[in-house]
Amino acid sequence: MDLSAIDPLVLAASIMVASTPILLAALGEMVVERAGVLNLGVEGMMITGAVCGFIIAVQGESPALGFLAAAAGGAGLALLFGFLTQYLLANQVASGLALTMFGLGLSALLGQDYIGIKAPAMGEVHVPLLAEIPVLGPVLFRHDPMVYLSVALVAGVWAFLRYSRAGLILRAVGENHDAAHALGYKVVRIRMAAIAFGGALAGLGGAYISLVRVPQWTEGMTAGAGWIALAIVVFASWRPWRVLLGAYLFGGVTVLQLNLQAAGVDIPVVYLSMLPYLVTIFVLVVMSASSGRAALGAPAALGRVFHASG
Amino acid sequence: MKRRTVLKGAGALALGAGLAAPAWAQKKVKAGFIYVGPVGDGGWTYEHDQGRLAVEAHFGDQVETVFQESVPEGADAERAMTQMALGGADIIFATSFGYMDPVINVAAKFPKVKFEHATGFKRAENVSTYSARFYEGRAVQGLLAGRMTRTNKIGYIASFPIPEVIRGINSAYIHARKVNPDVEFSVVWVYTWFDPAKEADAANALIEQGADVVLQHTDSTAPQAAAEKAGNVYTFGQASDMAEYAPMPRISSIIDNWAPYYIRRVQAVMDGTWKSEDTWDGIGAGMVEIGEITEVVPADVRAEAEALRDAIAAGEYHPFTGPLKKQDGSAWLAEGEVADDGTLAGMNFYVEGMKGDIPS
Repeated sequence: MDLSAIDPLVLAASIMVASTPILLAALGEMVVERAGVLNLGVEGMMITGAVCGFIIAVQGESPALGFLAAAAGGAGLALLFGFLTQYLLANQVASGLALTMFGLGLSALLGQDYIGIKAPAMGEVHVPLLAEIPVLGPVLFRHDPMVYLSVALVAGVWAFLRYSRAGLILRAVGENHDAAHALGYKVVRIRMAAIAFGGALAGLGGAYISLVRVPQWTEGMTAGAGWIALAIVVFASWRPWRVLLGAYLFGGVTVLQLNLQAAGVDIPVVYLSMLPYLVTIFVLVVMSASSGRAALGAPAALGRVFHASG
Repeated sequence: MKRRTVLKGAGALALGAGLAAPAWAQKKVKAGFIYVGPVGDGGWTYEHDQGRLAVEAHFGDQVETVFQESVPEGADAERAMTQMALGGADIIFATSFGYMDPVINVAAKFPKVKFEHATGFKRAENVSTYSARFYEGRAVQGLLAGRMTRTNKIGYIASFPIPEVIRGINSAYIHARKVNPDVEFSVVWVYTWFDPAKEADAANALIEQGADVVLQHTDSTAPQAAAEKAGNVYTFGQASDMAEYAPMPRISSIIDNWAPYYIRRVQAVMDGTWKSEDTWDGIGAGMVEIGEITEVVPADVRAEAEALRDAIAAGEYHPFTGPLKKQDGSAWLAEGEVADDGTLAGMNFYVEGMKGDIPS
């Protein structure tokens, strides 16, 4: 055993990198679910974002353009889901699952010519002054812009939901769409906007994998990250800062166990890999022990079909 | 004049053969393939699919192939294979270790369908197993790794603790240590064959802790990309050449060449001579190929590696030749003794000098 081989600073930094994709995707999904829509297609939107971002980044030789395209791609796919569920009133669970499969297939098709190509590199941004702080500097302030953006988005979503009128309306739609409708809010339009936002964030998360974390395009490369994002939303009981905590916990455990293994620490890998899921179950049990759905923090209208005819 | 008649005759013959073709087409053989990853993984599954395409190219109209990709190991594989068998497949290639029990179960239900299971060890009347002696290629990689490392720390991204993977680790370690007694292996088990993000994380963890050569037994090119980003790190293509990362970080590779085997087995189905067999071929038979060793490797080391490769191919040298001890210090192979296939097929121990335990 040689724990000294693990540099805690490097470890903390790589945990942030490993957690960013699931953080972005989970944050987007949380907004969608707060609006009362359950979109299980996160994985499909992530992989579509990953391939769109990669293609455009390679073509335009600019990672920034790639991320924009990823957001657009993810949002586009999400709008397809929105059209099916909000206008045609299709079943959300089935549509979401279909979206995942569609996204996986579509991305494989789009990405055919991009296997084995290298992505343009994304530079790190050392925040002036802050990056020089001992210990905290290298951990927190020497990353690529997407890491900062993801944390900023968490704060933004939190402030939006808590303090803005639009955020209040979004929550109202998620809690009771009939009441919101009776008050004159456009339930379907608000939900479509939330769905597009969720898709865009999932797309960004996917592109972070294909442009920064791996970085290359490989079919099926998100490999289940979308499902973890869905679990994090539940773990976080639909609150933004807990989403951040959950994403860093899930990402952290993955990276930590790989590092412990590399250092030759004798740990049962299987148990450590289970840990985030066990914690999720534990959190759910504790929260649901008090009083059902409301205590969990789940939006009351989550997954329910809305039709103006009532 | 005479020649023209001959040509005409040949033409008529060709026409006759052409007319006879539809009769052949009636007996079109349908070959199914089950893949654990996507065909575009650039590694393991990609090479199996190249084998499938070679079957199509070789037999043309006489054969029809179907495949299903990204089939999880376990119950879902059983469903996929059942579907294929019901769809009229004559022979099904299940190309991952974890399909072992599903193959046996489905094969019992379809006694007329032939099954071929890659890297497994359970056979039945209509189930053959086939594998490549990847450990022969690992020996060459180990030698290169031992010669090229400056930190004497070699990282190894392992998938699952199964004999095939453990054999590879042992073979690489034995030959790395032979040329560099100070070398140390650190093995990371990622419990997946294909997860680019996790493979990249594993490679980064190893590199951050000082490994400057990273071997992988997972299927994507993500570790290559991670090594390239890190700079001074060497890697090897796994299952596929991964030549897009040559000459650095990828300095050589193990390439699986399944095409000759797949063609032979489909031919056997056509001829009605298919029998349950166990095939285990290596460098000599061409099932395992060593990808080009790049110019980053000094010429003398390259020559040394090629000599090792050729000795193995010629059958003059076996990568598991004694004296060798097990990790716990107990005796395994005496001086000059060669490991038997049975022990290799079920290998569940490290050789002496390896650190850490194999997870159970």
